[in-house]
Amino acid sequence: MNFWQGLLEALQSLSSNKLRSALTILGIVIGVGAVIAMLAIGRGAQDTITGSISGIGTNLLFVVPGGSEEVSNPKPLTLTDAEALRDSFVAPSVTGVAPIITGNVELSFAGESLFTQGYGVTPDYMPVRNVEMLEGEFIGEVHILGRAAVVVLGPDAAEELFGRSEGVIGETVRIGGQPFRVLGVMVPRGGSGFSNPDELIMIPLSTAQTRLFSRSRDSVDMIMVQAISAEGVSRATEEVASLLRTRHRTAIGEDDFTIFTQQDFLQTATTITNVLTIFLGGIAAISLLVGGIGIMNIMLVSVTERTREIGLRKAVGARKRDIMLQFLTESSLLSLMGGLIGIALGWGLSTLVGVIATSQDVELLPNMGLDAILLATIFSTAVGLFFGLYPAKRAADLEPVEALRYE
Amino acid sequence: MTDGYVIKADAITKVYQMGQIEVHALRGIDLRIAAGEIVSIMGPSGSGKSTLMNIVGCLDRPTAGSYYLEGEQVADMSDDQLAAIRNRKVGFVFQSFNLLGRQSALNNVELPMRYAGVNSGRRKRAIEALESVGLGDRIDHRPNELSGGQQQRVAIARALVNNPAIILADEPTGNLDTKSGEEIMKILLGLNEDFGTTLIFVTHDPEIASMTERIIHLRDGLVEQDRQSERVANQ
Ligand SMILES: Nc1ncnc2c1ncn2[C@@H]1O[C@H](COP(=O)(O)OP(=O)(O)OP(=O)(O)O)[C@@H](O)[C@H]1O
Ligand SMILES: [Mg+2]
Repeated sequence: MNFWQGLLEALQSLSSNKLRSALTILGIVIGVGAVIAMLAIGRGAQDTITGSISGIGTNLLFVVPGGSEEVSNPKPLTLTDAEALRDSFVAPSVTGVAPIITGNVELSFAGESLFTQGYGVTPDYMPVRNVEMLEGEFIGEVHILGRAAVVVLGPDAAEELFGRSEGVIGETVRIGGQPFRVLGVMVPRGGSGFSNPDELIMIPLSTAQTRLFSRSRDSVDMIMVQAISAEGVSRATEEVASLLRTRHRTAIGEDDFTIFTQQDFLQTATTITNVLTIFLGGIAAISLLVGGIGIMNIMLVSVTERTREIGLRKAVGARKRDIMLQFLTESSLLSLMGGLIGIALGWGLSTLVGVIATSQDVELLPNMGLDAILLATIFSTAVGLFFGLYPAKRAADLEPVEALRYE
Repeated sequence: MTDGYVIKADAITKVYQMGQIEVHALRGIDLRIAAGEIVSIMGPSGSGKSTLMNIVGCLDRPTAGSYYLEGEQVADMSDDQLAAIRNRKVGFVFQSFNLLGRQSALNNVELPMRYAGVNSGRRKRAIEALESVGLGDRIDHRPNELSGGQQQRVAIARALVNNPAIILADEPTGNLDTKSGEEIMKILLGLNEDFGTTLIFVTHDPEIASMTERIIHLRDGLVEQDRQSERVANQ
């Protein structure tokens, strides 16, 4: 019996009981749809997260205090540490150093108030993070020296306080009750749906130390280091580490600081989102399995119903493999159709989630890869084959005489 | 084939195991049927007629004994070999027609050729077979759009389409009225006349039996009597 005839017969047989076929397919449709949607949403989340991490620049290092737990007397990171890193002789791969202290702040202006994160920074922050100004200027050396009460606003912060992001220079906002003059507004960076970089505000580091976040001596929360190039990141990491070890007098393996690179963040984020995607996909795959069992169930019923037909086919010369193929074709056709409809459903579902996410101001573009579609098609057909195997074998092994007698 | 017998069975027994009980359906049947013979098998219900037909038609294997179909030892063939033998050498006509209900008459008749791997000329041969049973104008009808007699004629077309050596008909007229029954018999006997096909009928009807050449009576799984019919005796 040739392939096309077999296919045609299987189609005829399936369409002779449309409702039943449709209900059987439904299990696979839901299973495949769920898997596809989960994978697409997981990927979308991954894209968003890695995208926002990539946005921070490929040649940045983040040095934070605290390291391995055995360190007996951990020292904080200080402004002098940052100063030492500027030495192009000890750290030739380092081109920029920006110490930062951070804290949560409450801004208010004319009855509007905003809780957000504040950075105490030096002018170096601007080149290190490629900050561009929408209007006004960034914090300069004079502001540091004078511990000036000035603030640079992220565009969203300005928007929320003033209802506009331009024409706000010179306004006075209150931060923690103290008046600060608006020095400038930064260009939107966009990106992350999780912590919004456009809501950040920047004040001079010296001002932050003394008037807002009160830090002991000159300790800082983080030092951002810019390497000369993306390729220079690992060399810069080495240089920074060895310098800090010397300064803090720690042994190798007992660092009291930690250096992260963008690569580290990317890796961590990718690992986490991968685990999440696999977990969600796995749960969805269970429903695919249930769909497969549905196919098996219906195929068993179908074999029983068609016992006489099988007997007759055998009587006129069908071999075991002919019967086997006939039922396998039917079951894989069922699951393949389910798979195709499921892909459409999955696409619809993930698009819907994307739309809902966008309406909630969360940036999430579901990403339905071709590989996921292929995987779903192959996997669902495999499910049909696998769960069709037992019923088909039952049919093929029927004794012709018994089958013909069957009432 | 060497000795001219299509069917050569020796000491055939068939035992069904029903839990603890053994049912001896056939207890030693010797049977020789020559090519072109028309035979009817009679006997009371449960005497083993259908069991014998199934073995002769290679649908089933004997428990013991040897069976040659056209010179080929069939008793120890594999399932797939038996399927091939049935496909090429045997045509079945059942009491209950056994057509595929969702398929047209044409597709039903094409079925044995599909399993034989015949592709070219298959449709033409199927149409010819349907024409030879007088259904040339019903090829696209489904079984439920045909009368009982017509359905049985489709079944005959299906049985003859691969030019089998024997056609086995287990009570082919059992579900039909007298007139359709006669037509069916006429068509089957005509096959013997035209192609020399060996015909074996199972029947309870002496009328039918009298149309054949040889009547074999079974009782309790044994051949009780094997004689020429009146039709031959009177010639
Ligand atoms: N699959 C089976 N399992 C057990 N016993 C069986 C089986 N098939 C047939 N038999 C037994 O074998 C014997 C012969 O059965 P068979 O069907 O050959 O009778 P028959 O002569 O065709 O009868 P009828 O005229 O009623 O069709 C019966 O006693 C029957 O009960
Ligand atoms: Mg019988």
